[in-house]
Amino acid sequence: MSFWTRHHIFEKNSIALLIGILVVIAVGGLVEITPLFYLKSTIEAVDGVRPYTPLELVGRNVYVREGCYLCHSQMIRPLRDEVERYGHFSLAAESMYDHPFQWGSKRTGPDLARVGGKYSDDWHVRHLTDPRSIVPQSIMPGYPFLDAEIDTSGITDHLRTLRAVGVPYTDEQIKNAVADLRAQADPDNPDSDGLAKRYPKAVVRNFDGKGGAPTEMDAVIAYLQMLGTLVDFKLYDEKANLR
Amino acid sequence: MTDASIGSKSMTIGEALLAPSFLVLAFLCVIGAAQAHDGAFAFHASIGAAASLIAAFAIINHYYNRPAELPAQEINGRPNYNLGPIKFGAVAAVFWGVAGFLVGLIIACQLAWPTLNLDLPWTSFGRLRPLHTSAVIFAFGGNVLVATSLYVVQKTCRTRLAGYLAPWFVVLGYNFFIVVAGTGYLLGVTQSKEYAEPEWYADLWLTIVWVVYLLVFLGTIIKRKEPHIFVANWFYLAFIVTIAVLHLGNNPALPVSVVGSKSYVAWGGVQDAMFQWWYGHNAVGFFLTAGFLAIMYYFIPKRAERPIYSYRLSIIHFWSLIFLYIWAGPHHLHYTALPDWAQTLGMTFSVMLWMPSWGGMINGLMTLSGAWDKLRTDPVLRMLVVSVAFYGMSTFEGPMMSIKVVNSLSHYTDWTIGHVHSGALGWVGFVSFGALYCLVPWLWNRKGLYSLKLVNWHFWTATLGIVLYISAMWVSGILQGLMWRSYTSLGFLEYSFIETVEAMHPFYIIRAAGGALFVIGSLIMAYNLWMTVRAGEVEVQAPIALQPAE
Repeated sequence: MSFWTRHHIFEKNSIALLIGILVVIAVGGLVEITPLFYLKSTIEAVDGVRPYTPLELVGRNVYVREGCYLCHSQMIRPLRDEVERYGHFSLAAESMYDHPFQWGSKRTGPDLARVGGKYSDDWHVRHLTDPRSIVPQSIMPGYPFLDAEIDTSGITDHLRTLRAVGVPYTDEQIKNAVADLRAQADPDNPDSDGLAKRYPKAVVRNFDGKGGAPTEMDAVIAYLQMLGTLVDFKLYDEKANLR
Repeated sequence: MTDASIGSKSMTIGEALLAPSFLVLAFLCVIGAAQAHDGAFAFHASIGAAASLIAAFAIINHYYNRPAELPAQEINGRPNYNLGPIKFGAVAAVFWGVAGFLVGLIIACQLAWPTLNLDLPWTSFGRLRPLHTSAVIFAFGGNVLVATSLYVVQKTCRTRLAGYLAPWFVVLGYNFFIVVAGTGYLLGVTQSKEYAEPEWYADLWLTIVWVVYLLVFLGTIIKRKEPHIFVANWFYLAFIVTIAVLHLGNNPALPVSVVGSKSYVAWGGVQDAMFQWWYGHNAVGFFLTAGFLAIMYYFIPKRAERPIYSYRLSIIHFWSLIFLYIWAGPHHLHYTALPDWAQTLGMTFSVMLWMPSWGGMINGLMTLSGAWDKLRTDPVLRMLVVSVAFYGMSTFEGPMMSIKVVNSLSHYTDWTIGHVHSGALGWVGFVSFGALYCLVPWLWNRKGLYSLKLVNWHFWTATLGIVLYISAMWVSGILQGLMWRSYTSLGFLEYSFIETVEAMHPFYIIRAAGGALFVIGSLIMAYNLWMTVRAGEVEVQAPIALQPAE
């Protein structure tokens, strides 16, 4: 029986064809994806990476909502020009708590993986509101509508949901989520000391420069200002993570 | 499906299940709308309630008005083909196509002239871009695939479509998914996973629709009157099954609230990236390739009136294509934090993928041997053949771009956008247009198209548009990639980022001009097809179905 005659089983039996397709397409995915869940070398051991503070998380959700990832990557490749332009190349550990990841696929604008601390809060407020008032050649849309106040009540559910999918939020972090959300954009708030303890390196500032309840602008800037700042690369041992 | 006994009318299983299910769904949607945590969810629950009520009413109303007998499987020994849902799919494809191309033109103009973003949430680039990609891939491409697959499977199996309400459920349910997904993007509802942006409730609905689609398609194959399953149906089946697997693998997410639109995807960081591009690349491989190759394998032989060039080549083409494609995802993640071994696998298999891709191209092109003269007289066949040529071009470019050193230049630039569009406009667009030009006269029983001259105009406008589009993107992509890595003689980076953005401006205008030509072409098609249905000459004898290849 030749190969071509043997193939008749798939041409004459739809269930055989269906099973054949399923088996053939399963191989590649299984080989490439499953090891990522158990190979220890997939994600380096690094100090400093922590889950997002409630305010950063809200900012991140605005970032997702507005489709920022469509023009801005958050993944610096280990190429000379990128490391010099943006900073140390991105580590897998730095996005381990990202559900979903925001590596992006296009740089219509610059990479943002280490944008934290590069510009002042005031620069961000003006730039987000009217990009061309700061950078005349910019083609970024303006986001003047980010001055909307945040609905703080739902944040606890967000943290709980993230814990359920694997982000290690503690009971204390979940319990204090609403207070932490309010405290981070308000330096006079008595809760801000607790926030700094629960989230090391969390920055407490009045990001949008306005008083009152935290706005989406506060949240987005809090998120942008923390991007890439958690790992201290003076202490990071590259050799320890050779893979 | 139960048979109606003489004199008494009984409901089919589909009617008996669907009508109450839609009433329950309407009830749940009303509760969801009332309790909703956010405006977008309330809006979607409301249109869900309205659509469910309309569906339930339509099913019950139809039951009372229809004859007791279900439509015959055969009339005078010929299969009684079910064409209604296919007609709907064809019309929807034309509508969504024009809409999707238009949104693409708008966002192309926004990149050239950013004030067009209007600084409003609903009109900014970040929300319109997923609307464009979903509208062209899933709304236009998806409706073409659903319509042609349900047509081809009936004709090549010489049997009526399986199911009574099910085919209608598939086309209407699928288009409802598109409405929910598209309006969601404008309202800021997105998972941010490219080409898988719809949130959890839209994903759930699509899963149901897709399972029914599989059952209708498979059910029709199972009751076929032909011994062999025709080649095109292998590709359609692989497309339907694999898209189901990819959809389920990439989208598991936990909603923050069952009455809110926001969810968090189960996967995180590097694993999420790998899942996403395993999905994303195979949305290209199985939605935009396997499905449209099925169109090639039916419509080109049919239009050229020649058998497929090589049956054995199509067997090799089929299995090697679906085996290799699945591995190629990691080439979207070169030099990222994805482990190197996965990147290397992705690159290797992407390069190998060149072979089955060109095998398929050769099979499609060589089908014309002995009929090449028809390219001079039949612009529809020309469109189909040029689509295969574009397929060959972009499946050479793709493996080349997946080589890591090439990718280090091309990634993150417009070169990728150009590559995607040579495939999307040239291959998927043209093969779809060709299929629609064939299908509409067949479905509405017309002798031919209203005007072949207009097809010619469509062909040349769109071709010129594509050439402008992809050459502008090649230049801008390679230029920007080179500017990013350019150093001065003193060892400093030569250009600031914004200088590289500024350099893109002329190319963005040329690209928009190319897109405008493509939109104009699609409008010519819409008019031509409309006139074919409205004023075309009625064909007396139905066309004879294609003999399956042996």
